[in-house]
Amino acid sequence: MKITQISVFIENESGRLHEVTGLLGDNNINIRALSLADTSDFGILRLIVNEPDKAYRLLRENEFTVGRTEVLAVEVPDNPGGLAGVLGTLSKSSINVEYMYALVERSTDCAVMIFRFDDTSRAVDVLTASGYKLKKGEQIYEI
Amino acid sequence: MIWNEEFETLPREALEALQFRRLKSLLETVYARVPFYKAKFDECGIRPEDLKTLSDLNKFPFTYKQDLRDNYPFGMFAVPQEQVVRIHASSGTTGKPTVVGYTRRDIDTWSELMARTLSAAGIGKGDILQNAYGYGLFTGGLGAHYGAEKIGASVIPISGGNSKRQLMLMKDFGTTAISCTPSYALSLFEVAEEEGYDIKSMPIKVGVFGAEPWTNEMRNEIEAKWGIDAVDIYGLSEIIGPGVGFECVEAKNGMHVSEDHFIVETIDPDTGEVLPFGEPGELVFTTITKEAIPLIRYRTRDIAVINRQPCKCGRTFVRMSKVMGRSDDMLIIRGVNVFPSQIEAVLVDKKGVLPHYLLEVDRVENLDTLEVKVEVEGSFFSDEIKELQRLTREIEKDIKDMIGVTCKVRLVEPKSIARSEGKAQRVIDKRKL
Ligand SMILES: [Zn+2]
Repeated sequence: MKITQISVFIENESGRLHEVTGLLGDNNINIRALSLADTSDFGILRLIVNEPDKAYRLLRENEFTVGRTEVLAVEVPDNPGGLAGVLGTLSKSSINVEYMYALVERSTDCAVMIFRFDDTSRAVDVLTASGYKLKKGEQIYEI
Repeated sequence: MIWNEEFETLPREALEALQFRRLKSLLETVYARVPFYKAKFDECGIRPEDLKTLSDLNKFPFTYKQDLRDNYPFGMFAVPQEQVVRIHASSGTTGKPTVVGYTRRDIDTWSELMARTLSAAGIGKGDILQNAYGYGLFTGGLGAHYGAEKIGASVIPISGGNSKRQLMLMKDFGTTAISCTPSYALSLFEVAEEEGYDIKSMPIKVGVFGAEPWTNEMRNEIEAKWGIDAVDIYGLSEIIGPGVGFECVEAKNGMHVSEDHFIVETIDPDTGEVLPFGEPGELVFTTITKEAIPLIRYRTRDIAVINRQPCKCGRTFVRMSKVMGRSDDMLIIRGVNVFPSQIEAVLVDKKGVLPHYLLEVDRVENLDTLEVKVEVEGSFFSDEIKELQRLTREIEKDIKDMIGVTCKVRLVEPKSIARSEGKAQRVIDKRKL
């Protein structure tokens, strides 16, 4: 159920973001989702790609500061209040969302959101118990 | 163990009286016998008889390394060459070496100082000392050697290098003490692991480490890996060689300076003003018993703090801290003396960053600003902004606690800061002063 997310430290320097995406593109790695969180000094680029292990290795070899984190891809009903429902379920179980962002592609009538929790394993239990669907790694990587 | 109970525990008052007598006679000697000092004293309008109390020493001029170079090779000698029984030289990075000479009495003094040093480490008669400092023009090897013989230890004059042979003899001879540089101790340990030697099970109990700057973290590492006590020593060939300062194994907290042979001062490297003990400053030594090449107020360029609190070992000599940096590296930020090595000390044991940094000093609206660029460490990299921000704030606070100046920490990518020694690469000073 858990999905590997790649995160990259980015100094606030123009061109660095382009270098990361360029490197992945040149090596036929597809980016499925991406979010850039930044402060005035630095940023963290978070990526869901089709080949996380290869991307991780490649970025390391090219001397980027890179990390791997487990996240969840949750199907969120594509209707008003859909996201609020998911967040409400989590909040009742005191699971904190560290951050979230949307997947580029959509599947049928659902939006897919990437979530980073403070306790990923418990989030899996709570969400599945409440009837939410989690995407498997292969489903996301192979979209 | 205290080698020379009488002198090493002399009450301060008696010690200072002794220092005054010796200093007075030294000033007369150099004025009469060393043309360099005669010219320098005359130029400053000062004469040996102007020393009325010990604190009058600060009226006398400094001696610099350059003065030794200018008088190469024997121009600073205070005795005729035939009284010199040994000549050492330190390799200069450029040009001629710095030459020092010893009379027979100087060699005795030096042996005495190293006897004190080794005794303070708990080494004595019956011990087997493996002396892995280099023998030759460098003062380390022979300095430790003579001290070891004086205390009656069995000394193995193995010199540096050839790690496999070092380990073989260490095991076969049952070495109980080693003297070498701290970095060599760590590299020797690696070879021991490769070669299947278990140093911890050997009889070795103590190491006397010096001749290069090292940290307390390194001490902990050596002690844990070797299963020994690791003590620090300080010396420089211009003053006499190893044995100028030594740690006692009881406290392992600062190096006692043999004040019956040296007067130590700490000064502000910019103004030359004498600082009160307890403040970091450049170490300045006057060699009050040396015959061949006595030096008045020799500027070491080494920055340290002098601690005059009594030590639990019973010695009355002051203690100097580890060398915190070189005076050439000093920055003045908002009126505070700052040494890049202080920043390094904060970073070296911080998880999440590498001890590579770049200091950027600027002046904005008449106020000095300090920005510290620090490389993030790949293996501790977090995907969460707040974690990196917490790390940044923690480093900012620790630096403020260390140097007393507020700074801004900026995290940068690994290897983006040049890897080389020296102020030029560590500091960018943009202030237009
Ligand atoms: Zn002590």
